Amino acid sequence: MRTVQAVAWKEIQIYFSSPTAYIVGMIFMALAGFFFVRDLGDPFPEASLSPFFQGATIILVLMGPILTMRLMAEEQKMGTIELLLTSPVRDWEVVIGKYIASLVFYLATLALTLYYVILLVTFADPDPGPIYAGYLGLVLYGAAILAIGLLTSTLTNNQIVAAVVAMGILLVLYFADAASTTLGSTASSIIGEVGIKSHFDDFDRGVIDTKHVMYYLAFIAFFLFLTIRALESRRWR
Amino acid sequence: MPTMIQATGLTHYYGPRPAIDDVNFTVEKGEILGFLGPNGAGKTTTMRIITGFMPPTRGKVTLGGYDVVEQSREVRKRIGYLPETVPLYTDMTVSSYLKYMGTLRGMPPKDIKRRIGDVVDLCRLGEYHKTIIGKLSKGFRQRVGVAQAIIHEPEVLVLDEPTIGIDPIQVVETRRLIQDLGKSQTVVLSSHILPEVSMICQRVMIINEGKIVAEDTPSNLAQRLQGVNRMEVEVGGPSNDVISALRKVNGVTDVSHRSTQGKDLYMIQARGSQDLRDEISKAVVSSGWSLLSMQSVGMSLEDIFLKLTTNEEL
Repeated sequence: MRTVQAVAWKEIQIYFSSPTAYIVGMIFMALAGFFFVRDLGDPFPEASLSPFFQGATIILVLMGPILTMRLMAEEQKMGTIELLLTSPVRDWEVVIGKYIASLVFYLATLALTLYYVILLVTFADPDPGPIYAGYLGLVLYGAAILAIGLLTSTLTNNQIVAAVVAMGILLVLYFADAASTTLGSTASSIIGEVGIKSHFDDFDRGVIDTKHVMYYLAFIAFFLFLTIRALESRRWR
Repeated sequence: MPTMIQATGLTHYYGPRPAIDDVNFTVEKGEILGFLGPNGAGKTTTMRIITGFMPPTRGKVTLGGYDVVEQSREVRKRIGYLPETVPLYTDMTVSSYLKYMGTLRGMPPKDIKRRIGDVVDLCRLGEYHKTIIGKLSKGFRQRVGVAQAIIHEPEVLVLDEPTIGIDPIQVVETRRLIQDLGKSQTVVLSSHILPEVSMICQRVMIINEGKIVAEDTPSNLAQRLQGVNRMEVEVGGPSNDVISALRKVNGVTDVSHRSTQGKDLYMIQARGSQDLRDEISKAVVSSGWSLLSMQSVGMSLEDIFLKLTTNEEL
């Protein structure tokens, strides 16, 4: 456990001292702000975070991989992986430590958007249900994205490749349910269920369905498992 | 002395050609062993296998009785490793880096604190322990690399080219440091610089194209060919006849022939310090051949290295 903590702490320190993370955080906040205020100019605006939640799902697809691209790829590029893997650490400790670090930075960025909640509560009377559920959904959704990003970062020593491949996978998963409507039949429902975005929409409506929670948790577990295996596979080659 | 590392039949392929091929060796506890060989000989591959970074394609290594593949973590607890590229997190300070590496090696926090002080002194990092590693010169980075390898007081220290790319004064310091460490630890190091290996190591293994071509103490390696008098002569004449004529000269133990650029050169080995020049020239001239040149050839450790690691005859 001390190893996980040490790895996570080191990565967190790098996040909070690196310009990349701040730029990503800043762009996220700027775009989130745009989505939040977009509909407020309507004659009868709704006191809801839904536009922000919906906007955040696509911003995260593009920004999440940038947060995770460095985590493993740089170790491989700089050769520090050689020291990491010849230390008496378990592969899962490294993976979980790095994952926790990315999660912490994501949650810290997300916490800044709570400002919108304060604004809504101060100036209007929003329905609290969709806000709680929406944030829970966004945490799970973001966590799933970071898990994919960590996997692609483990598979290459090139950060750009890691980020672009993760974005590609995520875009496919994001638009999977849109594609499913054109297919019809069984294939349609399977593809629809695999998509990461369709599972988010119930949260946005204020519904916390165990099915969707389980989907994201299984998704995260699956990709972290693949990441651990990918790291292990370095020892077989 | 008990055996610390035992490698049997170690083979590793990157592509169709083996990087190392059926390498066998043992390292005794407390010994300083040097791998010597040109670049690409298989030194780094061997070290990566010993440290559990990658498994061998075939063969087996045990370290302290633990198999490096099957009981990798037990092995990794016992080693300190300095890879050739000196991998460092360039955005960390020296002391936070050492603390991190200590934690990864499973050291309790209070030991880490004590040991950071020790290794900073040992590796003469003194005033730089709060500096960001990225701002350090190559020589200091090398010292940080050594510091991380010894912080947890490992039983075995594996150092891949520990003195490459640093200035001569630092080279001397690093060698002294390794010799000091070798008093209490088992050290395996690699180098392509002969004097260095013969200076630091108690035993040298010369490795070339993935195979161990010689293994001995530095002095024995030199002695093997010392006391042997070698001479190279160029003779114009039929080579088979020349060889047999030269062999007949009293005191000659071996003759080998090669031709380069149309010259027929004969390497003559003779026993002891006998001066055979007179005898040889007579033997050549009396047979009606022409003696075109004659020179004695010394055999330093450098030559042994060259002889052992190049296919070309000296």
